[in-house]
Amino acid sequence: MKKEFKVISELILQNSKVLDVGCGDGELMKFLKDNKTSKIRGLEISKNRVQNCLSKGLTVIEGNAENDLQQFPNNSFDFVILSQTLQAFLDPEKVISELLRVGKKAIVTIPNFGYWKVRLNLLIKGTMPVTENLPNEWYNTPNLHMCTLRDFFNFCSKREIKIFKSLALKNDKTLNLSAKNLAWRNLESQLGIFLIEK
Amino acid sequence: MNKLKQVKNIIITKPQKLDCGKEISNFPISYETYGTLNEKKDNAILVFHALTGDQFASGKNPITNKDGWWSYALGSGKAIDTEKFFVICANVIGGCMGSYGPSTIDEETGKPIGTNFPVITINDMVNAQYNLLEHFKIDKLFAVIGGSMGGMQVLQFVSNFPDKAHIAIPIACTSSHSAQNIAFNELGRQAILADTNWKNGLYEQNKTSPDKGLAVARMAAHITYLSKKGLQEKFGRKLQERDDLKFSFDADFQIESYLRYQGSVFVDRFDANSYLYITRAMDYFDLSKQFNGNLSAAFSNTTSKFFVISFTSDWLYPTAENREIVIALNAIGADVGFVEIESDKGHDSFLLDVPDFLDTLGNYLKTNYKTVNEKRI
Repeated sequence: MKKEFKVISELILQNSKVLDVGCGDGELMKFLKDNKTSKIRGLEISKNRVQNCLSKGLTVIEGNAENDLQQFPNNSFDFVILSQTLQAFLDPEKVISELLRVGKKAIVTIPNFGYWKVRLNLLIKGTMPVTENLPNEWYNTPNLHMCTLRDFFNFCSKREIKIFKSLALKNDKTLNLSAKNLAWRNLESQLGIFLIEK
Repeated sequence: MNKLKQVKNIIITKPQKLDCGKEISNFPISYETYGTLNEKKDNAILVFHALTGDQFASGKNPITNKDGWWSYALGSGKAIDTEKFFVICANVIGGCMGSYGPSTIDEETGKPIGTNFPVITINDMVNAQYNLLEHFKIDKLFAVIGGSMGGMQVLQFVSNFPDKAHIAIPIACTSSHSAQNIAFNELGRQAILADTNWKNGLYEQNKTSPDKGLAVARMAAHITYLSKKGLQEKFGRKLQERDDLKFSFDADFQIESYLRYQGSVFVDRFDANSYLYITRAMDYFDLSKQFNGNLSAAFSNTTSKFFVISFTSDWLYPTAENREIVIALNAIGADVGFVEIESDKGHDSFLLDVPDFLDTLGNYLKTNYKTVNEKRI
């Protein structure tokens, strides 16, 4: 399993109610179901992936986070997970506010556009960055709103969103992430993991 | 009709109050079963049929000699695997395959009840079929499954009996019949009523049969079960056994011939009065109205796990209407999965060979049967 999923699952309390937004083939859901909680639901846009999840006995709804989160009542989950998809939404701000409405807490992970290889790519080559984590070209990338770890910190403070816990992944190594070490972490890490609350 | 005496049935002796206010008792429910009920009686599935279906969901229908209506999905090694599950399917009341309906013979007059049969509802159908659980001494069904009107029965069943099924799978259905649904049903009914052979529903006494009206009803309905794309691909403007247009009202086009054929075979197996009664029951179906406009309240005590399925090309019960059910269930935190299956076969997709649908349904049942059993141990 991806290191990112291990870190996410460590943030989730036993027997809590969890919604995995963009749950894919249900890898994280299955792990959480076996190890943490049976009260887990998923939302996924791809029909094939939804069918795979349902076949595995996972409770998943076909839908899009931008439109279909609204069917869930306020605070209906203890944790809502959004793994590496915030940048793909037309309106990420709306999605974050929906996550924090539906969930008491949200876990959001972000591919870091401030990572040094990304910066170097643009600086040296003068082209839009293509890396292992961001393999698409500018004309076919699903990522509409890339941001850096610092951008997300700034966003949370502007919107008065509390960051409960923040971690960074550097080559699958978990590092603590805070305002103090942000400049450095924002350069060396590929991924940020944020536990946030309204 | 004599063959009908051989179908399995139970006589419901205890009185049942119908939604129309009348009470019925000592009436037959005909049914068929597939597979074997295990000792723990935990492998039973109740399958509900659609408008023109019957209890013969799989295998050969002994009355029509045709394959059962859900042969693709139900049988040994199929999605609803009869090697594993014990499947019960009953003819709805109002139907014409042995259950209490307008073609049942009135013992006092020796003639069919006809239009003296009370107007029934989906709720009445479900309450009547509930007696089968008592008959088989099944405390809790593993699943209730149905498509179209069968799906409406699934929704009504879990609403009426919130702890009697582990799994509920409503397919290609709605929680409330739309104006368009009612309009198409009314078209069918008017075709039957306009046939002079209908004779106010007393056609058997008059030794006639409103075949033309019933055939037109079926033809109109059949169009609503298919998609425009499916029809175009299958028939297009192809001509029927001729090289050119005949400048007449014969069936020049293959689609005309196909519809005429569908109409003509339908009248051999279906009763016109049953068609009137069952379409009426569908039109009256509005689950949220039963709960003062709050669909979620219909499921407030449910212990069932839901799996809602719709099809991309179904315009009779479109995805948006199936989603309403999902939304209502999510609003109360019920356990509900949902997928819209890609298919160009229209509303009929649930009856046909649509691998994505059949695979997902089969895997879902298999995995959840294992989980339900593990929980019990």
